[in-house]
Amino acid sequence: MKTRPRFSAIVAWASALAAALPLAAGDWTQFRGPNGDGLSTETGVPVRMEPSSVTWSIPLPGRGLSSPLIVGDKVLVTASSGARQDRLHVLCFRLSDGAPLWERQFWATGRTMTHEKIGAATPTPASDGRAIYAIFSSNDCLALDLDGRLLWFRGLGRDYPNASNSLGMSSSLVVVDGVVVAMVENDSESFTAGLDAKTGLNRWKLDRPKKANWTSPVVLRTPGQPNRVLLQSSAGVTAVDPATGKVAWEFSDGASTVPSLVVSGSRVVVPANGITVLEPEAGAGKPKSVWRSAQLRPGTASPVAVGDRLLTLNDGGILTCASLVDGKRLWQLRLKGSFSATPVVAGGHLYCVSEDGKVQVVDPSKPEGAVVSELALGQTVIGTPSLAAGSLFVRSDAKLVRLGGSGLR
Amino acid sequence: MARVNPVLAAMVLVGFAAMEGAAALPRRIAAAVEKIRAVGPEGKGHAAAQSAWADVAKAKASQIPDLLVAMDGANDYALNWLRSAVETAVQRETAAGATLPVKALEGILRDTRHHPRARRLAFELIRRIDTPKAEALLSGFLQDPGSELRRDAVAQLMARAATQTNAAKATAVTTYREALGHAREADQIEDIAKRLQDLGDKVDLAKTFGWVSKWQLVGPFDNTGEAGFAKVYPPEERIEMAAELPGKSGPVKWFPYKTRSEYGLVDFNQAISSLKGAVGYAVAEFWSDSARTAQVRLGCKNGWKVWVNGALVFGRDEYHRSAEIDQYRMPVTLKAGRNLILVKCAQNEQTQDWAKEWEFQLRVTDEQGTPIVSTR
Repeated sequence: MKTRPRFSAIVAWASALAAALPLAAGDWTQFRGPNGDGLSTETGVPVRMEPSSVTWSIPLPGRGLSSPLIVGDKVLVTASSGARQDRLHVLCFRLSDGAPLWERQFWATGRTMTHEKIGAATPTPASDGRAIYAIFSSNDCLALDLDGRLLWFRGLGRDYPNASNSLGMSSSLVVVDGVVVAMVENDSESFTAGLDAKTGLNRWKLDRPKKANWTSPVVLRTPGQPNRVLLQSSAGVTAVDPATGKVAWEFSDGASTVPSLVVSGSRVVVPANGITVLEPEAGAGKPKSVWRSAQLRPGTASPVAVGDRLLTLNDGGILTCASLVDGKRLWQLRLKGSFSATPVVAGGHLYCVSEDGKVQVVDPSKPEGAVVSELALGQTVIGTPSLAAGSLFVRSDAKLVRLGGSGLR
Repeated sequence: MARVNPVLAAMVLVGFAAMEGAAALPRRIAAAVEKIRAVGPEGKGHAAAQSAWADVAKAKASQIPDLLVAMDGANDYALNWLRSAVETAVQRETAAGATLPVKALEGILRDTRHHPRARRLAFELIRRIDTPKAEALLSGFLQDPGSELRRDAVAQLMARAATQTNAAKATAVTTYREALGHAREADQIEDIAKRLQDLGDKVDLAKTFGWVSKWQLVGPFDNTGEAGFAKVYPPEERIEMAAELPGKSGPVKWFPYKTRSEYGLVDFNQAISSLKGAVGYAVAEFWSDSARTAQVRLGCKNGWKVWVNGALVFGRDEYHRSAEIDQYRMPVTLKAGRNLILVKCAQNEQTQDWAKEWEFQLRVTDEQGTPIVSTR
């Protein structure tokens, strides 16, 4: 007699298999990459940017500032369209040639009003290698598998009707330990939620300071310690347990509400009173403050830590390099244009994209820093670029562009 | 969104299957659709909907119209679940060489009893197959209850007017005027008004938008530390026009105010004084010939609350981020005769140049944005 495996056993096996699916090395899975620090281990990203560096360039059906994700052989990006930017798009393209693979559209259920410089597709989605989790300024949050099948859809702006910002929301998602962390922090109904990645249900919902906040969460991974999600706000930095939302520690001296903190080794570099560097200690109620510098003031772009150096970029294009050890300023370099996008790093080079679409490649190892090449894309670029497959991916309101790479991974 | 009787919904599904070119939904898919329609706030119904979604997404090309009909009466969460299932099915079916039933889709598009979003999706599917046909259909939607179809139809008319501007100015004015009559979105109205002005034809924007312009105001009350937003001041308890009320810095009384702004702005800085940390109230009589549903549409960058006939509709304590026409669209029920609309407008203590405004604009419309004007 044949016996059929129990359904629950199949589900358990499938779940275990799925949980074991590794992210491919070099995937770019969230805002500022897999570690949320803007650093990539990619090699071969062009240092000499020139028109022939464009591997492919494809039109997008809507506006957006969100960074593209690169997961396996797919490039995923969000956009919004319509007179009120209330049509929300998730698009998937083939990495090798930019061919469209699928597109899903959603009707916004929350408010889509934003400052004209941004739009509904400002937050960057996140992926755990199995699904893409996307959120929009309307606080519509959803999960699709990598073939475009819907896993769940939440209208957080509908569920919590005063959760919105009339200038727009921009906090990107992180997914960690099976939880999608959505910062929905604003002047009114302000909260951060941990949503179950599989079901979309609230695992936890944490009241947060009633103050507009455009920063993004960052995962602090410390060997031997439980993961923490760092939430930056006008009040400071709050470290929470992603599974429960329980607060582990807080830094309460205030922080910026635009550029986001970055983790470098054991240190947390916070845009607070200029820059404040923290060092969390296991079991301590609050982190140790290592140094603070009012001279280092990032603009919209978040700071980047490369080795023992810290780089900040202000809105006017002044790139400042300081010692990550003590905050001492080492050099400043003027880049061309105004900047909103955070620089990303591969092969020791910074890739900075100005608002008027100039990709500027900076070698920070030079004594005063040096721009080694630049390429004008001729498009307005506000969103942070992505790095994967030996390539830089830049998205504008109109196009998604791949620079470098041979096509295949 | 009105709740729909599931039995009635099933009857609609079965009934629609008789439409030419459409196929009845198999029982399994019909049952799955109902599970998706049951999703709600905070993830309600997700567990059932997740497995149901896979069944719905297996629909054949011929069954797509039935899925669109299944959107009738669905809530905004369910609409998105269903839409993604439709898109998934369409992608798979068309990749396999199946043809979408255009005739059935057109039937849904033309039938305004169906959900505006289902009809819009039908239009987009038709446009994907036959763009000229879709464009030709657009002119029929100038009075459409669906804002997207109507908007595109108005845009098409505006484009025609633009081509007439040089050769036949009077014709262009006529065409723009027709477009203005059908436009309901603020940006389109403003765009048309500007084009008409360029042609020497002035538009009465205040009348076009239909602002509530006659108010009685009182204030200031205290909003130091933004505490006044939550504080219940006398106008929230009782409207007594002759009463003297304890204000922020002495007794205050109601006084009449008529906005002359073409954008309907009720400006407390001008009417009371340029103050910080202050609350003002505005009340308007709004007369309706019949009991009816409507929308109160508000634009405001201060803290605010709105009551209709003593019932709080909504409030928001966000200050000086931004404001726009129809920023907040609130469904309300008007009674026949006299209605009272009360607005609380709270200024905080920010001192920046961009934090001076202490004002709001309000109009009453139907769901499409057609102004409803007080009958007295």
